[in-house]
Amino acid sequence: MFKLRVVPDNTKLRFMRLRRFTFPVTSALVVASVIGFIFVEPDYGIDFRGGTLIEMRPLADDISVGSVRSTIGQFNLGDVQVQEVTDLVDDTSNILVRIELQPGGDEAQQVAVGQIRAGFGDSVEFRRVETVGPRVSSELASKGTIAMLVTLFAVLAYIWLRFEWQFAVGAVVATIHDVLLTLGFFVVAGLEFNLASIAAILTIVGYSLNDTVVVYDRIRENLRKFKKMHITELLDNSINEMLARTAMTSLTTLLALAALYIFGGTVIRSFIAAMMFGVVAGTYSSVFIAAPILIYFKLRPGDLSKADETRAVDTV
Amino acid sequence: MLHIARWKATLIALTIVLAFIATIPNFFAAGTVASWPNWLPKSQVVLGLDLQGGAYLLYEIDRQDFMEQRLRTLTSDVRSAMLGSGDRIGYTGLGPQGQGVQLRVRELDRLDEVRQRLDELRNPIDSSLFSRGRIFEFDLAVTDDGLVRLTFTEEGLAERIRGIVQQSIEVIERRINELGTTEPSIQSQGDDRILVEAPGLGDPERLKALVGQTAQLTFHLVEQSIAATDVDRTAPTPGTIRFPSAEDPGLVYEVEDSPLMTGEDLTDANPAFSQNSNEPVVSFRLSTSGARKFADVTQANVGRRFAIVLDSEVVSAPVIREPILGGAGQISGSFTVESANDLAILLRAGALPAKLTIAEERTVGPGLGADSIRAGRAAAIIGTIAVAIYMIATYGFFGVIANLALLVNLILVFAVITILGATLTLPGIAGIVLTVGMAVDSNVLIYERIREEFKRGRTAITAIDVGFKRALGTIVDANITTMIAAVTLFMLGTGPIKGFAVTNMIGIVTTVFTAFTFTRLLIATWVAWRRPTTVAI
Repeated sequence: MFKLRVVPDNTKLRFMRLRRFTFPVTSALVVASVIGFIFVEPDYGIDFRGGTLIEMRPLADDISVGSVRSTIGQFNLGDVQVQEVTDLVDDTSNILVRIELQPGGDEAQQVAVGQIRAGFGDSVEFRRVETVGPRVSSELASKGTIAMLVTLFAVLAYIWLRFEWQFAVGAVVATIHDVLLTLGFFVVAGLEFNLASIAAILTIVGYSLNDTVVVYDRIRENLRKFKKMHITELLDNSINEMLARTAMTSLTTLLALAALYIFGGTVIRSFIAAMMFGVVAGTYSSVFIAAPILIYFKLRPGDLSKADETRAVDTV
Repeated sequence: MLHIARWKATLIALTIVLAFIATIPNFFAAGTVASWPNWLPKSQVVLGLDLQGGAYLLYEIDRQDFMEQRLRTLTSDVRSAMLGSGDRIGYTGLGPQGQGVQLRVRELDRLDEVRQRLDELRNPIDSSLFSRGRIFEFDLAVTDDGLVRLTFTEEGLAERIRGIVQQSIEVIERRINELGTTEPSIQSQGDDRILVEAPGLGDPERLKALVGQTAQLTFHLVEQSIAATDVDRTAPTPGTIRFPSAEDPGLVYEVEDSPLMTGEDLTDANPAFSQNSNEPVVSFRLSTSGARKFADVTQANVGRRFAIVLDSEVVSAPVIREPILGGAGQISGSFTVESANDLAILLRAGALPAKLTIAEERTVGPGLGADSIRAGRAAAIIGTIAVAIYMIATYGFFGVIANLALLVNLILVFAVITILGATLTLPGIAGIVLTVGMAVDSNVLIYERIREEFKRGRTAITAIDVGFKRALGTIVDANITTMIAAVTLFMLGTGPIKGFAVTNMIGIVTTVFTAFTFTRLLIATWVAWRRPTTVAI
């Protein structure tokens, strides 16, 4: 029976050699992402910026992006974005309106929403109305940042406990790489950055670590088994041994996400897009960052403690 | 060893069967399930607001407004305290100032007396068991040059806000219950917020109008009415307060600042029609003490107007034609049938102790909710099928085993969601689909490991045995790190996002569980049956 093999048996790619190329390129991309995120800024959604988001479905024929813009324009609500979103499957389209935070606190937002509801009356169906006031939006932003840092520290602690410190640092560096690149992706792809984006990033953190830990697991095993082998060769072997699994899991995850991207509707599309990017980044970083970085931390086969060795013997 | 004791195998099978039974109600309409006998499982997955439509409203106590109001009453309390019972102490410049009330005492030799008189206004608050000593709402500071300040204490203010949150929740519950159509959840959040989640509501604006309106009703005797354009030209007479008319924007009423009656004197309110004009009105009944007060006042003031003030606006200002003795009355104004009905609800349920503002609102219409369910379901089915096909294409027979494990995993996920009563949201569905993609990873890890062990020259059965054992360790490690991220997200998230974290966490647990039990059982059974000599993974 024919079996699909993305990675042929006995693949021996020399990943560690590539690090002279991948490290500078990746570093440059990460720096570009950070600069882009801070200076160009992503399209912050109302969760962090405050303001109003309205999704409406036209019920009358004369409702279009242009007419919506001009109707809302008469209320003087400052920066208003009007955009048409089309469902990829059933081809229906809705109009998404975003209004900037109105000066004058929580109540001013409600006034704006009230004006728009009255302004359109029954000519549209209000599918979704979201308003976030100034106080809540700044809280959400700090909460998101805290969650990210807490996760990274918790993971650092866990991996330190289960592996050696070099692994912990390596995993966290690789994860930070994924997070920063994803931030850059938001800027480049023009995706809205909102609370769901934080959720996407935390999921990426989880996924990327999962991937990294699996590779590390094998590296640790080989370190115990081949005490004389040169570290570069050992890392290369470990990655190659796990390559089939790494590819397979990335692909099944991407398949599932692709289904969500295409069929899951417009509400979660950018959430899913970010996760898809993150899965690719996470897979890349496990192979090209998490593993080679161990060389720089001077990890040697002899570094594994005695206790670990006895445990390793036990499990054989 | 791969071998699994029979009782363990039975236990695993039993768990899966029970889990499957728990999910059964989800395949039927809620109405059908309700008619089932009680011994059958009846709980269904709770759909989030984003799937069934509804309103998520985060209200915040308007601190500024509360403080202003409180300081206004404190000011008049200070005024009467300084007046004493006929023994007035001279002062100037009494009024709210920042977070307190300030005045300058002229008779500097009587400062001790001032201290004594104002000490009562510091208002001790009964607080929790944990605090030592008494908490006062206000601090009293008197300087030698006669400057007196009563300022909010931090604890006092916090305690008041806490009380207001609790009171407001009760009022909101009464109001929404009067509406009678939805089963909302109302809970406090943080120090000064109230979260109202009302599922499946057609008209969120009406809910907002009912929940958010303070509905403070007061009756005042009218001193005079002034044209709005003249308001700035004249200063209000001391002891009066001005309210704009709700009906006529050009009109402002100057009324006595202490109310004749408040909404608390009402025992009942109902929508009705006026006998004269047949317009919608709100009829009310007063409590016994309220009725007596009202009778006295109307008797003494026949021919004068009194203003019915709702949330600082004069709804109407009828003339007292004759004493109102029966303790019943009507509020007229430009009402529609619905607004008269809503006002009656508000008056029956009582006023909010402070103004509430909406800090965050997320409303989803039923149309979008239904679309999201459809989209989520389609994506889940298609995603699962795609992954299943891919697994079979890669692993053949073992792919089928992996897919069986995936199916069991999904049943477990739904069973856990159903049993826990967790809320399923659209991101939650995404979490399940993501679980599908990542769950097969455990099978991939196992298979790849078995292949490897076999290639190293172990016999098929040993390879399977060792491969399985080694892979399980990796699976645990990998999933714990994923779990850490999911847990943080759960703690941070609200609403739909929390739903994602929930299904993600459940998915991780069921994935590990399935790998350790069901997958193992399947492979062990297969090995015992076929005694394979080669590994065709």
